[in-house]
Order: sequence, then structure tokens, then C-alpha cells
Amino acid sequence: MSSSVHARVSGESLAVRYTLTALALAFMFLFLGLPLLAVFAEAFRQGLGPYWTALVEPDTRHAIMLTVLIAVVVLPFNIFFGLAAAWAVARFEFRGKSLLLTFIDLPFAVSPVVAGLLFILIFGRNGWLGPWLQAHDIKIIFAMPGMIIATLFITLPYIARELIPLMQSQGKDEEEAAVSLGATGLQMLWRVTLPNIKWGLLYGVILANARAMGEFGAVSVVSGHIRGETNTLPLHVEILYNEYNSVGAFAAASVLALLALVTLVAKTVVEWRMNKETAMLDAALPMESTSA
Amino acid sequence: MKIRSMQRLLAVVALGAMSAISPAISQAQNSLLNVSYDVARDVFKDYNPKFIAAWKARTGETLEIKQSHAGSTGQVRAVADGLEADVVTMNQATDINFLVTKGLVAPDWAKKFPNDAAPYSSTMVFIVRKGNPKALKDWSDLARTGVSVIIPHPKNTGNGRYSYLAAWGWALKQPGGNDKTAATFVGQMLKNAPLFASGGRDATTTFMQRGQGDVLLTFECEAELIAKEFGRGGFEVVYPSQSILTELPVAIVEKNVDKHGTRKQAQAYLEYLWSKEGQENAAQNYIRPNDADIMKKYAAQFPAIKTFTVADTFGGWEKATAAHFKDGGSFDQIYQAK
Repeated sequence: MSSSVHARVSGESLAVRYTLTALALAFMFLFLGLPLLAVFAEAFRQGLGPYWTALVEPDTRHAIMLTVLIAVVVLPFNIFFGLAAAWAVARFEFRGKSLLLTFIDLPFAVSPVVAGLLFILIFGRNGWLGPWLQAHDIKIIFAMPGMIIATLFITLPYIARELIPLMQSQGKDEEEAAVSLGATGLQMLWRVTLPNIKWGLLYGVILANARAMGEFGAVSVVSGHIRGETNTLPLHVEILYNEYNSVGAFAAASVLALLALVTLVAKTVVEWRMNKETAMLDAALPMESTSA
Repeated sequence: MKIRSMQRLLAVVALGAMSAISPAISQAQNSLLNVSYDVARDVFKDYNPKFIAAWKARTGETLEIKQSHAGSTGQVRAVADGLEADVVTMNQATDINFLVTKGLVAPDWAKKFPNDAAPYSSTMVFIVRKGNPKALKDWSDLARTGVSVIIPHPKNTGNGRYSYLAAWGWALKQPGGNDKTAATFVGQMLKNAPLFASGGRDATTTFMQRGQGDVLLTFECEAELIAKEFGRGGFEVVYPSQSILTELPVAIVEKNVDKHGTRKQAQAYLEYLWSKEGQENAAQNYIRPNDADIMKKYAAQFPAIKTFTVADTFGGWEKATAAHFKDGGSFDQIYQAK
């Protein structure tokens, strides 16, 4: 099927092929390249000095730190949950498995804003747990814990979703061999399971990290927008923009864009390593398509 | 070996998480949270250090003031849902009244400070293209055919509501003016609006960056922010014969100051807005001070303009909202007729 399509495309005249390629490239440039360039152009519109001043402004610096901190807190939880969920789904048959899979996908299906509002309904002053939290003076919403919970919710599926097909395709033969040779559970996890899935896991971590740092909707609802306290980078960008502070807004946006670019490069490297390894380990199996 | 380093990593992460969370749980007594609307930041960025110094001189206490700014309606919503503001500083009494209905702010909040608890005010003005090519001088010009008016949505934005009431109030005050003539006039003006911007900032971008429209309706104090962002070369400010006085009210969030034990500080923080320093700070940010002396000192930047208030012309925000912006109100009627 794919080879016949390939033959037909290459059968087209050179002019058609170049036109199509040029169109695709122009489209990519217009919709992906140009906006990215615009971010940097706006950020540097008044030169390097104002750009730097905007970046080292305490609130902006705090927003950058907070964004990184939330990602650092959220990712270990995600790794643990993703591993556990993928392990359960890929290795065992149990009742309610499809229900679990549906639940894992829930954050994909729910709009982030709705997710944020859900947490307000639960933890807010008038929410289910609100009176109890207030009585014990515990702040969840409009504080760091609420922002972490919201980000956790949004990024939950990424690692599990990446690992499940990988672990299913690898099967459990190696793990069973390890156990029959006397490995403890932890030894098996550390020596067999993790090395087998490390690139897939890393790929999932990178995706979850990108999402955690860029998350706007859910975090915006539960943040409270306190400067220098609960303002993440994406929220800070919006606020600066609304204050007619274009340079500040786009300088902050350029940091986000840079984080995204670094993530993309890392993702590409991991993808490449992953494909190489799967190809090496098991040449008979078709290559796993990993483009997200 | 590997497992131990993993454990160490987890311990570090857990510690990091705890230290990040703990300051949020234990709120220090000597800090105030001021929840405010989008563009109020400049005023308070300058005001807070002045108050902190004055408070320190008076009591010896070092106070920290935290700021939260976003769209005004969303901000009061957040306070109602548990954002622990000690004080709210808004651009419309409606927003504070919402907190009264939630039992967070005292029903008589407007009586707790002078001037109906509005330390300063602004007014709605016209921003036109340089040289005023369409010769727009007063509200009547905005209803002329061929004039394009940029205005945020009157039903769900603060700027839009003030613009709408300003036009309506002007029409009422014309010879023979009544609700019917006002509705006709505002209807004609809205016909000249090619779109409704989703907020003040969106309206400004539409007018300044995308070059749409002949006139932008906005707050006098925002004209200055626009000049800072886009330069003074592209536009002129036009003061109509009459406009609406946009009072910027403040209130203490009773429930939260009691909980934090910050009533004294919150009271002083807001009172200080009426002091000479507070009034001068407002004037420096192009907001009209109530203090006559300060107003005189900065008269050059506040051209005289006849103003009317929501209270005297529309019977207060509650009535104005019911008559004009609720579903089926005058805006819906006019806009459907369009």
C-alpha cells in the first residue's frame, strides 16, 4: 500500500513535486515558523537592553522559577503513576481494565478550564471540602498545591499513554525470565523493565514536561494571579500583555518558546535513539510510530 | 548504587516540593493581598512602597503587599471562591457588590470611606487618529454615517459598560433628551461599531495595531498607557462636552481580614489612598484625584470636563445593570434592532 503510493507520487512530474513541497513548506512556515519569529521580533523590538530588563524583573523571574518548580514536582508523580498504570495494563488482565484506560484518557477529553473549575468546586470556599479546609486553615486553591494538582491532572495521561503500547509490544518474556532466575521485584524493575522502556519513558516525560510548563487554562482558574507567588510563566505572559507591556510579555513568551524548542530537540533525539534501539533489538517487528 | 541515587533524587524532590508548598500554607500576619483589575498595576506598583514606608514609620512594622491583577469580573469571582484578598480595588461598584452577596464584604462598604469609597476617578474619552481627520468632537459625531467606532462589548466588559452609559447619559442631557432619544442615539452609535472587542486591551489593539476604526472609546488614564506602549505620534485624545465619571472603588474583605488579623493594616492601606501622597500617586498615573490641591497641581494633564455619575444619572449600578445590560435590557433591544 505505502509503496504503491510512493511510486505514484514519484511518478508525478518534477514540477508538481516541487510545487507540492513548496506549498507544504510555505504552509509550515506561515503557521509555525512565522509566529515563532514574531514572538522573538516583538521581544527584541526595543533592543537587547529592555529585553534583559524585562526578563530579570523579579515577578518574571519568579514566574520562571515557579513554572520550573511545578514541573519538577509534578513529573515524579507522573512517572510513578505512568509506570504503575502501564505495568498494570500491559502485564495483567483484570476486570475494569478498559474503565481504567478510559479514566487515564479523561484529562485529554476534559477542557483544561473545566478541569480547573472542577477543582474550585471541590476545594473552593463554597466547594465540597471548602469549609473543612477553611476550618483547618489549609490552602489548596489559589496557592501552590492547587496549581500542582491542576497541572498533575492535565499531564497525567502522557507517560502512561506512551508506555502502554510499548510495554504491550515488548511482552513479558524477559521479566518472567528474570523472576524465574531469582530476581526480586525491584531487581526486575531496575535491571529488566526500566532499561527496556527507558526511551519511551523519557519521551513521555518530555511530553508531560512540555505540557506542564505550557499549561494555561486549568492553572489560570486555580492560580489567583498573585504576582511573585502564584503566577506561572504562561499566566504572566497574558497579564503583561494586558498591561500594555508588550516587550515584557513577549520576553516572557520567548522563554516559553525556548523551553519548547529545547523540548523539541530533546524529543527528536530521544525519538531517534528509541527507533534505533527498537530497530536493533527487534528487526522483525515493524517500527513503532512515535510521532505525536 | 543506582537505586540509592534514585532515592536521593526523590528525597531532594520531596524536600523541594515541601518547601515550595509550606509558605503557601502559613500566611504571615504582616502581609496584605490586594486583588485588583488588569491595568491597575502601575498605580499600585508605585503606591505600595510609599504605603509600606509610611506604615513602617508609623508602627515600626514591616508590611508586605502582594498584588493580583486580571480581568475584574474573574478577580471577584476568585475572591468569592476563596482567593484570600484582604482588600479589593476595582473599577466598578458592581464587582464589589457581588462580594457583598457572598457575605465577604460589608453591605455598607461604600460608606466606610469618603467619596463612596472611591479615592479617585477617571472618565471616558475618545482616542482619534492624529490630526482628527474625521473631526470628531463630541458624542453626536460618533453617530454620523461613515464613522467607525471601536468599543469593547457593552454587556460583559467594564470599559464597554462605561462607554455605553457615557453615550446614553450624554444623550439624556441634550435638550429634549429622554430614554427614547437616548436609545435612538446609542443605537446609531452602535451601528458604527464594526465589531465588539472582548475587552479594553483587545479594543486598544484593534484600534492602534490593526488600524481599524476612526475612534476608540476608553478611560482617560488608559490613554496614557497607550502612549507609553505605542508612542504619542499616532493618536490624539478628544474630550467630549460631557462624559461619565468612572469611580474606582475600594473595599475591605471583612471575612479575610478577620481571619488573617490584618484589619488594622488593611484599613490603613486603603485610607492612605486619600492622603496627599496617595492622591498625588494617582495623579502621576493619570487618574483624577479627589483632593482639590493635588488636582490643581496636575491640572495640565486633566482638562476640565463636565461629568455625570452612574449614581446621579442612572440611579446606581444595580439599576443601570438591570435597565441596560441584563438579558432583554436596552442593549439587547437596540442591538437586535440593528
